[in-house]
Amino acid sequence: MSTAITEPVVPYDEVIAEFDPVLGLEVHVELGTATKMFCGCPTEFGAEPNTQTCPTCLGLPGSLPVVNAIGVESAIRIGLALNCSIAEWCRFARKNYFYPDMPKNFQTSQYDEPICFNGYLDVEVETDDGMRTFRVEIERAHMEEDTGKTSHQGGATGRIHGADYSLVDYNRAGIPLIEIVTKPITGTGKYAPEVAKAYVTALREILRGLGVSDVKMEQGSLRCDANVSLRPSPESPLGTRTETKNVNSLRSVERSVRYEMTRQAAILRAGNKVMQETRHWHEDTGVTTSGRPKSDADDYRYFPEPDLVPIAPSREWVEQLRAALPENPSVLRARVQTAWGISDFEMMAVVKAGALELVAATVAAGADQAAARKWWVGEVTRIANERGVELVDLPITPVDIARVEAMVGAGALNDKLARQVIEAVLAGEGSPDDVVATRGLAVVSDDGPLLEAIDAALAEAPDVAEKILSGKLAAAGAIVGAVMKATRGQADAARVRELLLERLGVAE
Amino acid sequence: MSDLIRLTAAETAAAVASGAASAVEVAQAHLDRISEVDERVHAFLHVDTDGALAAAAAVDSARAAGATLSPLAGVPLALKDVMTQKGIPTTCGSRILEGWRPPYDSTVTARLKAAGVVILGKTNMDEFAMGSSTEHSAYGPTHNPWDLDRIPGGSGGGSAAAVAAFEAPLAIGTDTGGSIRQPAAVTGTVGVKPTYGAVSRYGLVALASSLDQAGPCARTVLDAALLHATIAGHDPLDSTSFDGPVPDVVGAALRADVQGMRIGVVKELSGEGYQAGVQQRFDEAVALLTGMGAEVVEVSCPNFPYALAAYYLILPSECSSNLAKFDGMRFGLRVGEDDGDPSVEQVMGRTRAAGFGAEAIRRIMLGTYALSAGYYDAYYGQAQKVRTLIARDFAAAFEQVDVLISPTAPTTAFKLGEKLDDPLAMYLNDVATIPANLAGIPGMSLPAGLAPEDCLPVGLQIMAPAMADDRLYNVGAALEAALLSNWGRPILQEAPSL
Repeated sequence: MSTAITEPVVPYDEVIAEFDPVLGLEVHVELGTATKMFCGCPTEFGAEPNTQTCPTCLGLPGSLPVVNAIGVESAIRIGLALNCSIAEWCRFARKNYFYPDMPKNFQTSQYDEPICFNGYLDVEVETDDGMRTFRVEIERAHMEEDTGKTSHQGGATGRIHGADYSLVDYNRAGIPLIEIVTKPITGTGKYAPEVAKAYVTALREILRGLGVSDVKMEQGSLRCDANVSLRPSPESPLGTRTETKNVNSLRSVERSVRYEMTRQAAILRAGNKVMQETRHWHEDTGVTTSGRPKSDADDYRYFPEPDLVPIAPSREWVEQLRAALPENPSVLRARVQTAWGISDFEMMAVVKAGALELVAATVAAGADQAAARKWWVGEVTRIANERGVELVDLPITPVDIARVEAMVGAGALNDKLARQVIEAVLAGEGSPDDVVATRGLAVVSDDGPLLEAIDAALAEAPDVAEKILSGKLAAAGAIVGAVMKATRGQADAARVRELLLERLGVAE
Repeated sequence: MSDLIRLTAAETAAAVASGAASAVEVAQAHLDRISEVDERVHAFLHVDTDGALAAAAAVDSARAAGATLSPLAGVPLALKDVMTQKGIPTTCGSRILEGWRPPYDSTVTARLKAAGVVILGKTNMDEFAMGSSTEHSAYGPTHNPWDLDRIPGGSGGGSAAAVAAFEAPLAIGTDTGGSIRQPAAVTGTVGVKPTYGAVSRYGLVALASSLDQAGPCARTVLDAALLHATIAGHDPLDSTSFDGPVPDVVGAALRADVQGMRIGVVKELSGEGYQAGVQQRFDEAVALLTGMGAEVVEVSCPNFPYALAAYYLILPSECSSNLAKFDGMRFGLRVGEDDGDPSVEQVMGRTRAAGFGAEAIRRIMLGTYALSAGYYDAYYGQAQKVRTLIARDFAAAFEQVDVLISPTAPTTAFKLGEKLDDPLAMYLNDVATIPANLAGIPGMSLPAGLAPEDCLPVGLQIMAPAMADDRLYNVGAALEAALLSNWGRPILQEAPSL
């Protein structure tokens, strides 16, 4: 898809010299509950269109919603992890507007009584002066339902204009969503794009740690709308904002904010006004294009949902949920870095790879921290990058890695074999033990077969044997290599060399 | 005419249980009656002959197999067309749902089926239950069996008329502002709006979610109680469903004893606007209650005069949102998709303009306006405050008395067409029934006699505290017995034969 309109932009350092950016981030998280928010339909991703529906999520006449208790619990846990207050009493509200993929033509959401409010999240960004913490204040986190999904068929673009007809899949309609809205984020200066990315990254880490969502931006289970505005100085009133949608990766969060700042700066510098509107981010071309105009006058005619009763989470329940929260990722980071005694640099490598929880779990499963880091940050990250997926999405667990490392430690596998085992586990061949058994992978530790292989190799290359005997020990490498080849890498190379020299009566 | 159609539901069930009549005979007798009179009454929008006979046959087989029958097994019933029934057309009296066959049963429908009740068909109603005359049905009005030129009340005029015309001994109605009680009043039948939350709303196509409540229509208080007991009870599919025991309404109807009870006459529900004959029959009923040992006092509910205004803000607001789903996209009517190259919004607009009648459009517009930003507090917000005041009036009254009584409707049945062009006059029919909906409390209408000036039925309303529905049946049954002994025979026998 190409974008016809290229709007003028201002170089980034000039934007920063002339303007103060203000951000606002709205993140929608699809909860990983087994059933939808207001009915018992399953939520599995990628099912045949319209197979996961019932009268309620299709909005058929007469149907009624019933609140998913796990959805409420997840919302509260998210709020607690984001340092929010939890409402003692709140209600759902109807947000009324017509759209074909919204079965009832209203969305059951929350309005002036969100379940979570007034929180914050501290994020770290690398600045010219080292790491700096920015506090992002959370306005609210509320519960709502997702809409169905419309796809436009025919026409050239796959977009609504020019389409022959449209298809709607209601499988997604009614999937629980938590919308997390920040207060205006000020004081970031030139780091606005980095802060935006760091916020979404940290939020995703927290949500993953809570186990409430699979937080996959590509699949839409975590969606970010980035509001950006510019003003002449931090003392000026807020400028007109735009809201950029379709930001489907962490990298896009940063890029789209940066682009939008440069675009708005060009408009303001020319003495024009930024139009308040929704904009669409294009990953391929790196620009945003105009969506629909949006104004504060949008009237959704909110009113309390009469088909549902108010939610009044008891303080005891909230405190139970608070007590059972997993460790905050930033606290976890500080704690394990001390425990492992590793440098900031080594820690950063683990964090950047998104491997902290995985390494920690591998250590908990019995592996040495250095070995656990080596596997996750090295080999496994390499494969994840190759496949273009997140580390956590690979089909290998910390227990698997700990097991591989244990076999290496026991001398049953060498490094090369261990890599083969990991690749095989990732290829779905079973657990590390399964792979070792079915592939017959094991370091050959019995000297008998090794001696036979050495004799065979010496017989093949009598000239090499003479070189070794004449003191050119470097030539031993050729024989060792031949033995390793003959044993398909399952021999311990050091032992082969030892046996070879013994065989020839040569001392090191 | 078969005698079977003259039996009460309780008598019918006894006849089926004893083998004196088969359920199929009973069903056939009612289907024959429908064939005979419904062309003139037009109580039914759809008659499910095959389904009714099959359900009746199943009851007969169960009996033959020695199964214990439930208390209403084999009794025919007419279902208001606002309740979904799997595979059976459900129109809500609207063109916009023409041809829609729901893929699921409402909870009420499911409970009726499970109890062996024989569903004869779907009854006519004002479109989406908006009206007091059934004239707002897209499929033509229902006629009052007492005088075919008069309205049978509304919105559940079809259900009340079916019961009054002996087309069914029982019917299901729904009551948002009086749609069970006012039709009962003007057709000489019994109608009960249970406590809000007592009967599941799952599968009841919503008009105003916070006001809607399904309930029984019958010819006797005991029959209404039997039906009430069959459909009431907690439903996990309805979040607003009351999770507690159903009051013993059948026991209360059999007890019928008002000795020592305190009964309050609502001062604000009388006087100006109330027809003389209506007031006269009401006053006679009060005297009967006193004669039976009840202590009758006048009680004031000072905020009741504001109930109608609050109701006509809350109802349209909720209704404007509830009716948004009727857009031609997923079910029912779709208009104008081939006319030019319309956008989806245009098809939605054309469908709604063609599919909704004038009263539906009027209320959608009122509600859309009342919920708009900047008006919400002045209209919807203010109406909710009035609603709280009405509930407080009731709470204060029920500290003094066990039940409240009033005329059900200010007048007897008016002529078809008489108030069709005057929405406010039409709305005033519900002035006495609306307070109970706003407060969520139960109310019953039962026949109090015929107004001397027009020989048409007069309804008396009884109201009780929330979840004290049994008091309605106790007082209602006592009054019914006293009135019956006064008249010498059931009031419906005074109706002209069709």
